[in-house]
Amino acid sequence: MSMANIAAPTIAVSGRDSTGPYGPKPRRMFSRRNIFLYGTLFVVAAYYLLPLYVMVVTSLKGMPEIRLGNIFSPPLEITFEPWVKAWSTACTGLNCDGLSRGFWNSVRITVPSVILSIAIASVNGYALANWRFKGADLFFTILIVGAFIPYQVMIYPIVIVLREIGLYGTIWGLVLVHSIFGMPILTLLFRNYFSSMPEELFRAARVDGAGFWGIYLRIMLPMSLPIFVVAIILQVTGIWNDFLFGVIYTKPDTYPMTVQLNNIVNSVQGVKEYNVNMAATLITGLVPLIVYFISGKLFVRGIAAGAVKG
Amino acid sequence: MTEQTARRPSRLFRNLNAKIASIPMILNALVIFLGGTIWTIVYSFTDSRLLPRLNFVGLDQYRRLWVTPRWLVAVENLAIYGACMLVFSLIIGFLLAALLDQKIRFEDTFRTIFLYPFALSFIVTGLVWQWILNPNFGVQHVVRSLGWTDFAFDPLYDSSIVIYGILIAALWQGTGLVMCLMLAGLRGIDEDIWKAARVDGIPTWKTYLFIIIPMMRPVLITTLVIIAAGIVKVYDLVVAQTSGGPGISSEVPAKYVYEYMFHAQNLGQGFAASTMMLLTVIIVIVPWAYLEFGRRK
Amino acid sequence: MRYQFITAALAATAALQFAGPAAATDLEVTHWWTSGGEAAAVAEFAKAFDATGNHWVDGAIAGSGDTARPIMISRITGGDPMGATQFNHGRQAEELVKAGLMRDLTDLATKEHWKDVIRPASLLNECTVDGKVYCIPVNIHSWQWLWLSNKAFADAGVPVPKNWDEFVAAAPALEKAGKIPLAVGQQAWQTSGAFQVLMVAIGGPDIFKKVYGDKDAAVAGGPEVAKVFKAADDARKMQAKSKVQDWNQATNLVITGQAGGQIMGDWAQGEFQVAGQTAGKDYTCLPGLGVNAVIQTGGDSFYFPLLKDADKSKAQEVLASTMLSPATQVAFNLKKGSLPVRGDVDLNAANDCMKKGLDILAKGNTIPDTNQLMTEDSLTQVNDLFAEFFATPTMTPEDAQKRFADIVSKAD
Repeated sequence: MSMANIAAPTIAVSGRDSTGPYGPKPRRMFSRRNIFLYGTLFVVAAYYLLPLYVMVVTSLKGMPEIRLGNIFSPPLEITFEPWVKAWSTACTGLNCDGLSRGFWNSVRITVPSVILSIAIASVNGYALANWRFKGADLFFTILIVGAFIPYQVMIYPIVIVLREIGLYGTIWGLVLVHSIFGMPILTLLFRNYFSSMPEELFRAARVDGAGFWGIYLRIMLPMSLPIFVVAIILQVTGIWNDFLFGVIYTKPDTYPMTVQLNNIVNSVQGVKEYNVNMAATLITGLVPLIVYFISGKLFVRGIAAGAVKG
Repeated sequence: MTEQTARRPSRLFRNLNAKIASIPMILNALVIFLGGTIWTIVYSFTDSRLLPRLNFVGLDQYRRLWVTPRWLVAVENLAIYGACMLVFSLIIGFLLAALLDQKIRFEDTFRTIFLYPFALSFIVTGLVWQWILNPNFGVQHVVRSLGWTDFAFDPLYDSSIVIYGILIAALWQGTGLVMCLMLAGLRGIDEDIWKAARVDGIPTWKTYLFIIIPMMRPVLITTLVIIAAGIVKVYDLVVAQTSGGPGISSEVPAKYVYEYMFHAQNLGQGFAASTMMLLTVIIVIVPWAYLEFGRRK
Repeated sequence: MRYQFITAALAATAALQFAGPAAATDLEVTHWWTSGGEAAAVAEFAKAFDATGNHWVDGAIAGSGDTARPIMISRITGGDPMGATQFNHGRQAEELVKAGLMRDLTDLATKEHWKDVIRPASLLNECTVDGKVYCIPVNIHSWQWLWLSNKAFADAGVPVPKNWDEFVAAAPALEKAGKIPLAVGQQAWQTSGAFQVLMVAIGGPDIFKKVYGDKDAAVAGGPEVAKVFKAADDARKMQAKSKVQDWNQATNLVITGQAGGQIMGDWAQGEFQVAGQTAGKDYTCLPGLGVNAVIQTGGDSFYFPLLKDADKSKAQEVLASTMLSPATQVAFNLKKGSLPVRGDVDLNAANDCMKKGLDILAKGNTIPDTNQLMTEDSLTQVNDLFAEFFATPTMTPEDAQKRFADIVSKAD
C-alpha cells in the first residue's frame, strides 16, 4: 500500500474540511449520541486535568492548610510564597537561589542543542530520502535500533568519548550528547517527511541543475515548516525535561533546571514542603507547557506529516 | 518513494554531498551506538568494578545476574508494565482519537488537554502522581474523609500492585501522543471508504475494527515503535514515584543497570544487565527495522 | 533555619572582603549534605575555608550518597574533577586512588602530624594506600543509636524504654495510642543499616565482625544470627505503618511524636537540634540499642582529585588543614551531630547524647562500619535483601537468613 501521498493532503487539511470525520451531520444539541460523546470527553478531560489542578492548587496553599485539608480543595487563603521560594530562595546545600540559576542554564543548553540537532537531522533525513547511497540504510538501521538502547548503557562509553575530545563537563559536551540521542527519531521524522514530498519537485529542480544543497535550501526547506515545528517541539521539551544527562555531564555551575528541581525536591529539611515542590515543578514545566499550548495545532499537523507514513 | 531510489544517480561523486551530510549519522551509528554497544558487551565479560578493566571472567556476571532476585523482579515488572502499556495506550489513544474524530465542538481544546501531559517530564509526572496517590493526603485520604473509612487505594505502598500505580502515571503522560498519532491516521483515511461502508450497511464499530484499523498499519507501526522505545527505557518515572519501592517491588531493568554500574560500583554486573536488555531490544527490533528500512528498496 | 544560612553566607562574604584582594581561589567541593542539620554543618566548613581568603564553591548533590557518588565518580574519571569531594570512610574511592586520580597528601599529613592527632588510628589507615595518605577524615558517624520520642511514650502511657527488648514490649501500647512504634525510611540503606545495628546489639560485636568482616557464611547462617533475624522480624512488624522515604522524614515522625523511635545513625541528632529539641528532655538516645554500647567508626572523608592548576592545588592543602583544625572540627561536628576525629578538642558544648558517644569512644569500644568491611557491590546486595525483607511481610526470617548467608559467602 502506498501511503506516500497521505501526508500531503493531511497538511492541506486544517482540521475538518474534506477528509475529516465521518458520521451524520450534527443535528440536535442534546441527542443521546451527543450526551454520550461529550459526557465521555468531559470525564476523560477531567482525569487529564486533575494533576495539573492539584499542582496549581497545592502550590498556592500554605503548609498548615496542606496538612489539614484535602488535596482537591481550593486554597482558603492564596499565597504566592511557595512560588517565590521555589524560584529564588529554596536551598540545596549552601546554594539558596532556587531555580532561577537553573533556568538560564537550561536556556543555554536547550537553544544550541535544538539548533544543532535539528540542523544535522534535517540535512541527514534529506540525504536519506532523496540522495540514497549504498550503505545508508545500514547506518540508518543501526541508528534506529540505537533509539531503543537504554541511555544507561551509553553513559560510560560517552564519558570516555567526551573525555577524549575534551568536552566533558562543558555545555558543549551536553549539547553534543543531546544531538546524539535526538538523532534517531529526528532523522526518522525528516526522512519520512522528505520522502513524502512530491517527487516531481525534486526532479524538476535536478533538471534545472540544482545540486544537493541548492535543492535543500531553496526547495525542501521552505516547504517543511510543519515538520520543523514538530522537531522543535520534540527537542525543546525533550532537552528541557532531560534529567539524566544533565546530572551526569555537567557540574553544579551549569546544572539545568530539572536537576535543580530534583535537588530542591529531595533536599528535605524537616518536613517535605509540598507547596514549594509543586511550585518548583510547575515552574520547571512551564516552558514546555507554553510551547505545547501555543503550537498544539501545528504539532498535530506536523506529526501527521512526519509519522503517518511508515 | 521506492521507485525514486532506483532512478537516483548512483555514481560516487554525485552523491558526495549526501555522504558529507550523513557523516554525523555515520559517526554516531558507528562510534556511539555500535562502538558503545560492543564496548559494553566486551566489558560485560570482565570483573570491572569502579573502573573498567579487561580481566575476563567468562559468563560469571550473567550467572550471577539470573539468580539475583532484584533483577528477576525487574524483568517481571518490565514485562507487566510493557504489556499493559502497549495494550492500554493503544486502546485508549485510539478511542480518544475516534471520539475526537466525530465532528465535535472544541476539538482543539480537548486535544490540547489530552496532549499537555506529554510536555511534562517523567520526573514531574512521577512527583505529581506520587502526591495524588499518597495515602495520607491524596485520593485515599479524600475518599475516607468523605465517609468511606474503609476505602483503600494505596498502590504505591502495596508491593503487589505498585507497578500499576506507575502505569497510571505513565498512561496519563503518554496516551496524548498516541491519540495524536492515531488522529492523524484516522484523518488520513479516505472519506469514500466511510461512505462505501455506510452504503453497505456495515455498523460503525465493524468498520473501525475490520476496515479502518488495518488501513492504519503505517501509523500503528510508528506508534508501536515510539511506545516500545519508551517502555524499555522506563527509569525516571520509577525513580521519581517510588524509587523502586516498597522494597524492590517496583524495580525495572534500566534502574538495575544504573545502580549496579554506579552505586554498587560493579560495572561488569551493570554491563551484563545492559547486554541482556540490548539482546531483548535487538530480538524485537531488528526484524522490524529490517522489514521497514532494509528490504523495501 | 534559613536564618542560619543567611548568617553563614553573610559571614562568608564578609570574611572574603576582609581578606582583601589576596589571591582568592575558587574551589568546588561536592558533597551530599542537604538536610537541615547537614547543611548547617557544611556551612561551618565553608565559613572557615572562606576565612582563609579562598572561596568555597558549594556543589551539593541532593538525594543521598547513592545519588551523588556516581556523579562525583563520572566527573573524576571524565577528566573534569572538582576541587574536593566527600566519600564515606572505607573503600568507596579505593579504585580511584589506585588509578592515580587522587592527590597524595602525605607531605601535608607529615607536616601537620595527622598520625598523632587523628583518633582512632584506623581512620587514617583507611586513607592510606601503599604508605601514602590520600584523604582526610572529618568526622565519626556511628549507626549504633536508637532515638526515642519522649512525647510518644508519654502519650501512650508507658515509660521510655531503656533497651531494645523494652521497646519491643512497649510497641502494642504505642500502636493503641495511634503511634507508629518504629519509623523506618523505605530506602534500602536504611533498612539494611537498621539490621546491622540489631546484629551488634543482639548478636554482639564479635558476631558482627565475623559476619561483615570475615564474611563467615557459617556464622551468618547460624543460630546467633537467627536471633538477629527474629529481632528484625519484630522491627518489621513495628514499622509496617511508616510510609516515608527519606531518613529525615522518619526522624521527623519521631520529633513530632507520631512515631516511638527510629534506629538511625547519629546524624539524626542534627535534625533534633534544628527542631529545637533537647536530649534527655524531648528525646532519648540509646547507643547500641541500650544493649551493647559501641561506636561505629564510619563517617565522612574528603578526597582531593589531582588537579593541574597550581593555585587550586594549593587551595586544596589549605582546605585539608582547615577541615582538620580544632576550631573547625568543633564547630562542624556540633552541628552535624557527629564526633570529631581528634581527641584534643574541647567539646563542652556537646549535648548529652554526644557526650555518651564521646565517652564510649574514649573507652575504645569501637567497631568498624560496614563500608569499611565490605565493597559497595556486596553491600548493595545486602541492602536489596533488607529492602525486600522489610517490605514483604510474607518473607520469613528463615528464608531471609538463608539468602543473607548466601550473599555473605560470596561477598568481598
